[in-house]
Amino acid sequence: MAARLLDLGDTALTVEFGAHIGAEPLARVAALECACRAAIAAGRLAGVIETVPTFRSLTVHFDPLATSAAELAPELEALAAAAGTTEPPAGRRWLLPACYEGEATPDLAEVARAAGCTPDEVVDLHIGTDYVVYMLGFLPGFAFLGDVPERLRLPRRAEPRQRVPAGSVAIATQLTAIYPWESPGGWHLIGRSPAPLFDARRARPALLEPGDRVRFEPVDAAEWRRLDAAVAAGELDPAVWCRDDGAPAAPPDRKRSLPGGNRPQHGADLPLPDANGGAQQ
Amino acid sequence: MSAELEIVSPGAFASIQDFGRLGWRRLGVPVSGALDRRLLRIANRLAGNAEDAPAIECFDGGQRFAAHEAPLRLAVAGAAVLELEGPDGTRRPLAAWRSLTLTTGESLRVRRIEGGRLAVVAVAGLAVTPALGSASTYGRAALGGWQGRALAAGDRLSATPVPPGPDHLLPDPPPDATGPVRVVMGPQHDHFAPESVATFLAAEYRIGSAADRMGLRLEGPVLAHRAGLGHEIVSDATVPGAIQVPGNGQPIVLLADAQTAGGYPKIATVISADLARLAALRPGETVRFAALEAGTAVQLARDAEAATRALLATIRPLAAGGPDLAALYAVNLIGGAIDARRPDDAYPDTRS
Repeated sequence: MAARLLDLGDTALTVEFGAHIGAEPLARVAALECACRAAIAAGRLAGVIETVPTFRSLTVHFDPLATSAAELAPELEALAAAAGTTEPPAGRRWLLPACYEGEATPDLAEVARAAGCTPDEVVDLHIGTDYVVYMLGFLPGFAFLGDVPERLRLPRRAEPRQRVPAGSVAIATQLTAIYPWESPGGWHLIGRSPAPLFDARRARPALLEPGDRVRFEPVDAAEWRRLDAAVAAGELDPAVWCRDDGAPAAPPDRKRSLPGGNRPQHGADLPLPDANGGAQQ
Repeated sequence: MSAELEIVSPGAFASIQDFGRLGWRRLGVPVSGALDRRLLRIANRLAGNAEDAPAIECFDGGQRFAAHEAPLRLAVAGAAVLELEGPDGTRRPLAAWRSLTLTTGESLRVRRIEGGRLAVVAVAGLAVTPALGSASTYGRAALGGWQGRALAAGDRLSATPVPPGPDHLLPDPPPDATGPVRVVMGPQHDHFAPESVATFLAAEYRIGSAADRMGLRLEGPVLAHRAGLGHEIVSDATVPGAIQVPGNGQPIVLLADAQTAGGYPKIATVISADLARLAALRPGETVRFAALEAGTAVQLARDAEAATRALLATIRPLAAGGPDLAALYAVNLIGGAIDARRPDDAYPDTRS
């Protein structure tokens, strides 16, 4: 399918690959973003400020004093056509702890009823899936992960909550996410994760980036609180949950809890926060 | 020696903003930054700062500032009605579009803002620690500004004690723009029935009460989505100025703090040259839209930049030997600050 270019005012162009969420548009968006970065590094695409990947499009923000949609469009079309066949860069792999017990699960019973199964089965379905980070948006660090198993696909809540606690693990439609901040929200809350999704002091402020792969690992409520406190105190580096080596994530084992110490699987290219809890930008 | 600016009152709303946080939208971080970049540039130039330095964006007036430890140089851009209060409680009106020296014991009030909602107060040498490359406040993620939040009473910001040199003024403030707010149609105008697109461009919309740095809710004729397409799209990226239309058919104009992507169809996008005008509209005021091509919008952005540069070039020192020397001198002796009197006396309450 040919890319479609859409004006977003006089400061951005959206290069759209269809109207659906899926692996194919995701790959094309990632490949085009990669090609844009290479072009910018080579001194082309002057005036481009930044690129924003979404489910099925790449938006190119530019300075109208330096360039225009008319100038950028032919080059972006050519890049999109050429990049369509290239392999996008592989993302990092994450195994993130999540608690699916007690107060962490306000909507778990309701989701189980709607799905026609038990709460334990909902959890097994949620932790038994490898998710891809489609895009970030809504809030800084908010990663849209998919796809959740068919059985768990529910529409958003009819009445959005005014306050969703930070760390809430939520599902809606084919997507799942962790809320990085307390905010309003309309998704179903089935768990809580201590993973700090956004910290401006880190060299890479967003824990999850587009193209990363995520699997959830269940921890009990006591372990969740311990990890949450350790993260808050700056004693636990979330990089311990990164599995960059490309090895398949460990099979879910609901009895196991995560060690608080360092693991050997740090990604070689992942900058580690300093002793103060983060590298300054 | 350092000096401090105390936020005695943040008024209706006040936050530190600069040119915004560029380069982080792919991680969901809004661009933020001053809603009216021209006001920021004027205020900073009047105060002797770099044009993109962080300054205080004020909504609707009510703000009050005081200097501690040493005198500070402040500058105000925007149609603000100002008042200087001396240590003895005496109050004196003061013109905007100029810098002034605020001595310890004095306070500056933004009583109200006429012709819009926004004024920018710049402070010479205001020190704000940037987050992700910008001092702009984005409260939801505690980024930038003063402790990651909007300003509150009692906050004390560090700044340079008043630097040597005269105060400055902008002799001819920019006139209020008139006429419809111009938009580029799309990116999802094809999600709307042709009659709805025609309605959008013909009708008058009222600014609703929910109007802040994230966006403006508009009230007016319902814009119907095209049958079969529904009122949601697979989320794609937004920009400040994008006009999204949710299921109730009432448009929402996104502004600087809006989320970076959204799932409602965007019928049109306000051109960058007109966005500050729209952001300054008060709840209850009305707006009309007119469409033009993206190429024309780019030319208008460049024209607006040239006009702003020409305006900035007119900034000049307050003349010590000018015709209003006596008045300036008298005021200076009393309050340590001088009052610019416009030749046309357009602001009667600047008479001292």
